[in-house]
Amino acid sequence: MVAERKKASIAELEAKAKVLRRHIIEMTTEAASGHPTSSLSAVEVVTALYFGGFLNVDPKQPHWPDRDRIILSKGHACPVLYSAMAEAGFFPTSLLLTLRKLGSVLEGHPNLKRLPGIEASTGSLGQGLSIGVGQALGLRMDKRSSHVFVIIGDGEMGEGQVWEALATAHKYKLGNLTAIIDQNGYQQTGAAKDVLDQTPFADKLAAFGWHVQTIEGNKMAPVVEALEKATAITDRPTAIVSQTQKGFGILPILEEEHDLNYHGKPLSKKLAEKALALLKG
Amino acid sequence: MALGELAGLKMGPATRDAFGDALKALGSKYPDVVTVDGDVGNSTRTEVFAKAFPDRAFNVGIAESNMVSVAGGLAAAGKTPVVASFACFLLCNAYDQIRMSIAFPDMNVKLVGSHSGISIGEDGPSQMGIEDVAMACTFPGMVVMVPADGPSTTKATEAMLEHKGPTYLRTGRAKTPIIYPDGCDFQIGKAIQVRDGKDATIIANGLMLPIALDAAAALEKEGIKVRVLDMHTVKPLDEAAIVKAAKETGRIVVAEEHLMAGGLGSAVATVLARTTPVPVEFVNVGDTYAESGDPEGLLQKYGLTTETVAAAVKKVKNR
Ligand SMILES: Cc1ncc(C[n+]2csc(CCOP(=O)(O)OP(=O)(O)O)c2C)c(N)n1
Ligand SMILES: [Mg+2]
Repeated sequence: MVAERKKASIAELEAKAKVLRRHIIEMTTEAASGHPTSSLSAVEVVTALYFGGFLNVDPKQPHWPDRDRIILSKGHACPVLYSAMAEAGFFPTSLLLTLRKLGSVLEGHPNLKRLPGIEASTGSLGQGLSIGVGQALGLRMDKRSSHVFVIIGDGEMGEGQVWEALATAHKYKLGNLTAIIDQNGYQQTGAAKDVLDQTPFADKLAAFGWHVQTIEGNKMAPVVEALEKATAITDRPTAIVSQTQKGFGILPILEEEHDLNYHGKPLSKKLAEKALALLKG
Repeated sequence: MALGELAGLKMGPATRDAFGDALKALGSKYPDVVTVDGDVGNSTRTEVFAKAFPDRAFNVGIAESNMVSVAGGLAAAGKTPVVASFACFLLCNAYDQIRMSIAFPDMNVKLVGSHSGISIGEDGPSQMGIEDVAMACTFPGMVVMVPADGPSTTKATEAMLEHKGPTYLRTGRAKTPIIYPDGCDFQIGKAIQVRDGKDATIIANGLMLPIALDAAAALEKEGIKVRVLDMHTVKPLDEAAIVKAAKETGRIVVAEEHLMAGGLGSAVATVLARTTPVPVEFVNVGDTYAESGDPEGLLQKYGLTTETVAAAVKKVKNR
């Protein structure tokens, strides 16, 4: 971790979260495709990681070997990652509006070969935590103090591979690995509890030998506190069950549209205007 | 110019939609049919069947390997499972499960892969099935079908249910022109000659069939007469139709929305090498992953167009 953590205040982080939310709406509506609601639920976590001093990265040297790693295993939510990266200075914010367009490095799912700062090419759900285990093992072998953060969807937890990775991380006592489960309650075809109820996450993760915290993931203070705790634990892998709402920030619009999942659908231009009004700074 | 316009084709449904509607329509006739989904039934269109027959539809969540083996078990219990996901996740994530739970024990499971090819567009390479046909063809006994339009997909869906043994049906996301407004005689392993000509033969399937027909229409204006074969079944391959085309037209172009390795081109080339060696050219995605973008722009950039097919015909004629 960073020796001298630049501590943004909770209020500053909340303001940044709003900026990210606006980017997410603007870029997906401009692209006329993508997954705004999947992105919105993870905004607090991603904001805290990039701007709360937890993710020690340098946009000027994206391949710096001692950097921390962030893997968005639920790769379809990449608008949240791209927004944070732009705000952090990895590329100009003007690039955000090229999302998903031919030739843009901002592809529909994160592509490590095209965009410096992306740590894993994802989009096929279930693989991010295993990649994170490998990175954590390699970093530890080289005696680096880097930390690996992996963000996983609650529906994505249905992939057996995630549970294989949980077991591997426990076996190797990966204290430099943190898994964040974005428990937004929905997956592609419906509520997670109807499609495949995998709760209680916390009990299952604890049974796999992980340190577990369950938090309100759309509130900045508990997110920051949980990340502080997670990064302080070094003898075993840590999990944060981040209980969120899919589409947080524009829920009144989803309610009006009678679709609290709104999976894989950008807002129309008209709805986007409403959303941006809700998200005014 | 819109897809199929040169050839005078009207736009029709996406093949995934034709599949979903057909499966629902056949649901009562085939009471043993059940669906097994991995949280993408609204993408593959099995949800159309699932809504009509909720007791015969299973959704195991985002778990393709598990999904495929569950289907193998349902088949062992006498059911006819139709198991569907994006082509890439179905074949790539569950490859060993297809091998050991379905192909090796010869289970009557119907695999359906949607979102094939680069024409899915903006979602990008991680969601594009461009290796699925090669992978499906490796399984001994697997029937592999790549229909081009709505009507032939409807027929392929019924043929797949009639066939005893494992099958793979490839469908696409984008709307496609109608090749067969009056239906077609769809038989597994039997190519359909869509257009006759003496100068060369284009063998195509899926989205490349309307593009091949556009190319044939363009070439006709230059006095080049091209035969077009709809090779909707890649395995078992219609060797007789290929040999006949090679003998009668002397030149072959194979066009598919797939990687070069292991697809229709490889299968046709193998037949030709063994029986009737004639010059062959290939139009396909090549040996590369694609990228995000609008479907039309991607087809242009990766060379799956009327122009590239027509150029391949001219090239093969001059060899
Ligand atoms: C292996 C795999 N299977 C299926 C999909 C299609 N898919 C994309 S997003 C999604 C739902 C994800 O749900 P969840 O993990 O809860 O993420 P959320 O969108 O709710 O944040 C599915 C099934 C995929 N991308 N990868
Ligand atoms: Mg979810």
